[in-house]
Amino acid sequence: MSDNDVAVVRSKPRSSGAPPGPPAGAPAPRPERARRGIGNTIRSRERWAALSFMSPWLIGLLAITVGPMVASFYLSFTDYSLGYGEWVGMENYQRMFDDPRLAQSVKVTAIYTFVSVPLQLGAALLLAIVLDRGLRGMSFYRSIFYLPSLLGASVAIAIMWRQVFGTEGLVNQLLALFGIQGEGWVSHPDYALGTLILLHVWTFGSPMIIFLAGLRQIPTMYYEAAKVDGAGVMRRFVSVTLPLLTPIIFFNLVLQIINSFQSFTQAFIVSSGKGGPADSTLFLTLYLYDQGFTQFNMGYASAIAWLLLAIIAIFTALNFLMSKFWVFYGDND
Amino acid sequence: MATTTKTRPQAPARRSSERSAVSGGLKRFVFHLVLIIAGLVMIYPLLWMLSASFKPLDEIFSDPGLIPSTWEWSNYSEGWNALPHPFEKYIFNSMILVAGSIVGNLVSCSMAAYAFARLRFPMRGMLFAVMLGTIMLPIHVVIIPQYILFNNLGWVDTFWPLIVPKLLATDAFFVFLMVQFIRGLPRELDEAASIDGCGYWGTYLRIIMPLCMPALATTAIFTFIWTWNDFYSQLIYLRDVDLQTVPLALRLFMDSTGTTNWGALFAMSIVALGPIFGFFLAGQRYLVRGIATTGIK
Repeated sequence: MSDNDVAVVRSKPRSSGAPPGPPAGAPAPRPERARRGIGNTIRSRERWAALSFMSPWLIGLLAITVGPMVASFYLSFTDYSLGYGEWVGMENYQRMFDDPRLAQSVKVTAIYTFVSVPLQLGAALLLAIVLDRGLRGMSFYRSIFYLPSLLGASVAIAIMWRQVFGTEGLVNQLLALFGIQGEGWVSHPDYALGTLILLHVWTFGSPMIIFLAGLRQIPTMYYEAAKVDGAGVMRRFVSVTLPLLTPIIFFNLVLQIINSFQSFTQAFIVSSGKGGPADSTLFLTLYLYDQGFTQFNMGYASAIAWLLLAIIAIFTALNFLMSKFWVFYGDND
Repeated sequence: MATTTKTRPQAPARRSSERSAVSGGLKRFVFHLVLIIAGLVMIYPLLWMLSASFKPLDEIFSDPGLIPSTWEWSNYSEGWNALPHPFEKYIFNSMILVAGSIVGNLVSCSMAAYAFARLRFPMRGMLFAVMLGTIMLPIHVVIIPQYILFNNLGWVDTFWPLIVPKLLATDAFFVFLMVQFIRGLPRELDEAASIDGCGYWGTYLRIIMPLCMPALATTAIFTFIWTWNDFYSQLIYLRDVDLQTVPLALRLFMDSTGTTNWGALFAMSIVALGPIFGFFLAGQRYLVRGIATTGIK
């Protein structure tokens, strides 16, 4: 799309600047040169304009993104701590191997991501398919299911979650109606992470909306053709809907995995910033915050940040590699 | 949930010819029933929190229902004044951040987007790819040097570290959103403007921006919600109690008195969710479009 765009744009001045056949007469070269000169000034004006339009973004890119990124990489080889620091080589990275809390935080983050993302996307897909039937009141249902994902990132919701899954919280009150004595879910090391996973699944609304948009794109004629061929409901779902939806599933998967590796707020609030109980909700991001901003081991925290980036990059790359085997892109798109 | 397997996964063309109206009606009824139950399960915690914000304390821990036995409006007044500052102070601080972020994003992101979508310049393709890459870059990778930078500038415990990046279009997601939108506008408009003597800035201000209103609205709404909800960077940069925002105030509330006064804490949580809910009701069209066209929440 963007390539086309560029090609179209470029072809214009070229065709006007150099007329196809050089005319037989003598005065041909002169106007050509003159025209090219005008073209150059226009182009350079355009470049200056582009630079001025881009300058806030460019400054931001250098000062707020790329610069700090380079600095962060450098810091990860120092023992920097607000104001002073020395080069320590690979020490921060070696330290990771004998840091049980780091190992725990990688484990917690991995479990969180690999359990919550499939559940969340499954729920999103299921509801999208149900809502796509064009029932009356569909937009109302869509709003209801979407609302939690809009609110889910806020501190207020994390506070609510903490109470809902507390010892005397809403869940246990409801369980008590059936005579079941529930645990204090958020304060039990075996269940605390589960409540956060549930919170993530609860916010399936935004992938659901992406799925809905994807379902709209599937031409009805495919279903009609399948029907003529005698395909049943399940068959049509498996052979038509799913393959055509795989690019959207893939897109959501990449995005949600990247996002959930970076989750912070909910775990921070539910565990009062400590990642407890017994480090069972110590996300990598929480550990990074603890090292960098409460203990001010900023060198080590930078190394943790690069570990996080490496993990995300590896899983995103794996995702793309694996996509060859299951993502279906139409032949003539 | 079992009913979903029986659905026809097909949107528009529905023919009820083969089936009798009665069984179709029944099926539809079951569908609505399942959806209503699922929807209720989804939002029940929210409704319950709303009702709990009016409940006396002992009832919060004993009544899973939605109707308070007595309406404790005092939860709200207590919560409002439970912290070092009255709650409007935190709302005010959050609003400053929100306003600065919205202005910053609208101006800087639309400028960069216009250049990417309409102007020719060297390395455009590469810079565009870099821009897309920064959308995915985890904030955690840059937050420490950013903190050191802003600390050296003396900006920690001011609003600058939270607003200046927006003025520099670091929310690249919105640049992307607007590039997509501007590409959809007919180029003939630009050409007509240029023939009429409009320069690049004139075209940007008088042609592109007015036509970009839907994308600008999406940007403004998302910026509002993200800034209002943002906790991580505010936690890092705003430690001064005079500068604390709504999310920080809630956290402070919960860690200090919250566990003994859930009613008041819930009341302030409802206050914190209110504006987002308002935008959800008013701007849903833009939100849904923003998600559906770019795929990022």
